Amino acid sequence: MESAKVIDIEKQGQIKARQKQMPKKKITWKLIKQQKLLIGMSIPFVIWLAIFAYTPLIGWIVAFQDYRPQNGFLGSDWVGFHHFRVLFNDSLFYTALRNTIGMGGLGLIFGTGTAISFALLLNELRFTRFKKMTQTISYLPHFVSWVVVANLVTTMLSNTGVVNNILQFLNFTDSPINFMARPDMFWGIVTAAEVWKSTGWNAIIYLAAMTSISQEMYEAAHVDGANRFQKMWHITLPSIKPIIIILMIMSIGNIINIGFERQMLLGNNIVADAAIVIEKYALDYGIGMFRYSFGTAIGIFKSVISIILIFTFNTIAKKTSDISIM
Amino acid sequence: METTISEKHGNSINTKKKKKWSERPTKTDVFIGLFMIVVIVVTLYPFLHVLAISLNNAVDTARGGLTIYPRDFTLQNYREIFSGNNNWVIAFRNSVLRTVIGTITATFTCAVLAYILSRKNYIFRRPLGIILVLTMYVSGGLVPTYLVIRNVGLMNSFAVYIIPALLNAFNVIVIRSFIDGLPEALEESARIDGANDITIFLKIIMPLCMPVLATVALFTAVGQWNNWFDTYLYAGANVNLTTLQYELMQILGNAQSMTSSQVHQLNQTEGAIIRTTPESIKMAATIIVTIPIVIVYPFLQKYFVSGLTLGAVKS
Repeated sequence: MESAKVIDIEKQGQIKARQKQMPKKKITWKLIKQQKLLIGMSIPFVIWLAIFAYTPLIGWIVAFQDYRPQNGFLGSDWVGFHHFRVLFNDSLFYTALRNTIGMGGLGLIFGTGTAISFALLLNELRFTRFKKMTQTISYLPHFVSWVVVANLVTTMLSNTGVVNNILQFLNFTDSPINFMARPDMFWGIVTAAEVWKSTGWNAIIYLAAMTSISQEMYEAAHVDGANRFQKMWHITLPSIKPIIIILMIMSIGNIINIGFERQMLLGNNIVADAAIVIEKYALDYGIGMFRYSFGTAIGIFKSVISIILIFTFNTIAKKTSDISIM
Repeated sequence: METTISEKHGNSINTKKKKKWSERPTKTDVFIGLFMIVVIVVTLYPFLHVLAISLNNAVDTARGGLTIYPRDFTLQNYREIFSGNNNWVIAFRNSVLRTVIGTITATFTCAVLAYILSRKNYIFRRPLGIILVLTMYVSGGLVPTYLVIRNVGLMNSFAVYIIPALLNAFNVIVIRSFIDGLPEALEESARIDGANDITIFLKIIMPLCMPVLATVALFTAVGQWNNWFDTYLYAGANVNLTTLQYELMQILGNAQSMTSSQVHQLNQTEGAIIRTTPESIKMAATIIVTIPIVIVYPFLQKYFVSGLTLGAVKS
């Protein structure tokens, strides 16, 4: 906590120093002439950014219109908050919202939890070769696409798949469980797939943070008679707490931005009620039905919630532990 | 257990350079080791299982019970994919093309922008930097982006894989940090010799940036290779633009419904003609899209942490 404050002060000092170093430059014709080549090189980038990054932002006005492609952005009728009213009156929207926050929350909790536990244990592993090998293998799944992961998951969970084989071998179940056709298990399957895919990768940053913990602290704790798990709990975890909180703040807004890739690839008609998420809803009922304005309204709602979540959690974190990203 | 731990730590304090593994493993070590073996098995088993199915005779696979090695070895499933009378060949070509072209172009454009932003005296450096970094925090979202892509006429064209992916703010920042770390003396002498920005970039900066450019290129390549969603949204209507990931995504649901009895039936009705099943082809396709990743990802890991810290410091 103290160290975070110190870093903050240092950073402010650096920024001030930098501002002093570089006084604001006046833009003169002479300078423009001198730098015409750089300016010329910049123009394509400005155009690209304007089209692909900023026009979609301006496109948000579509949510307040009855957008028809043939009339364009400017020629469509204005309808105010009509699309938002339709959205808030649609029961499917609330199902999608519940699923999104449910799966996003589970993903955040279990994703962070497993990554920290894995990093803690890997950090304790003393055989360096084996440690490196485990780590390398552990983030292979991060690099394969969700299409492949969905394929692996459905194969593993099929009626003749290895999970059912093990469950039957252990007599937990008589007949194979049809996992992919169980709405009540869908959230769990998506979360498990996410944990499988991302634990090793997410652990990297925690492991990096752990290497910077001073060895003297462990030695002092050792003199006091602490065992390894006590050291993990009282030294390693508190030392990486700032980074855990910062990553939490950054990902809390993403609870609602979980996308729809895994839900779309793992879902099917039978589990549709548990699988529909906000973005899939926007895709199917916005683009799929040519209701572009409606789809945009969903996107705006999502962004607003995401910003509110980040600010709320940032404030809570600031109050309780003095760590914040803003 | 307590005593062995203190012994171990006593040793490591006294003789710091001594290799730790020379000491006797404690119960905790054994527990952690076993846990890690479980992690490895859980991570690798699905891949090995799918590999086994893809190399196994499809009819034999339908009997079930296959684990991580093929029972009845055959390359028929792979041959089927590349036999030429289906979408897989087109898909393979497009996946390779979009990965190669997309990676080269995107890495180059990111490097150019990074170079521009690294010019300390450039008068529009700040505004350009700000409009770039802002894109990391705000995005228009799914539907407005879709409308833009449609209105600029990129729908159902190969360019939709390349042009919208040209810039990535994070990559630009990573490259720029690298350029900032280069000694200035090199380019100053070139400038005295009358070289302009394009020459300095191409002849001096680019060659020096190769390590960071390789990293960015690898990440971009993985992203391009793995992307199925742009095909789905922007190019699904054009069979000639299909990609491996998209084809795989499409048969994901279909092959699932094909049970072993159906396969058996198929086998009987068509006699000896049946050589493979959609299920086995799916597994072969999965392996084909996974192998390039398995080959390149150990290289990515090497650069990841340094790249991440660089990016964090700068932003």
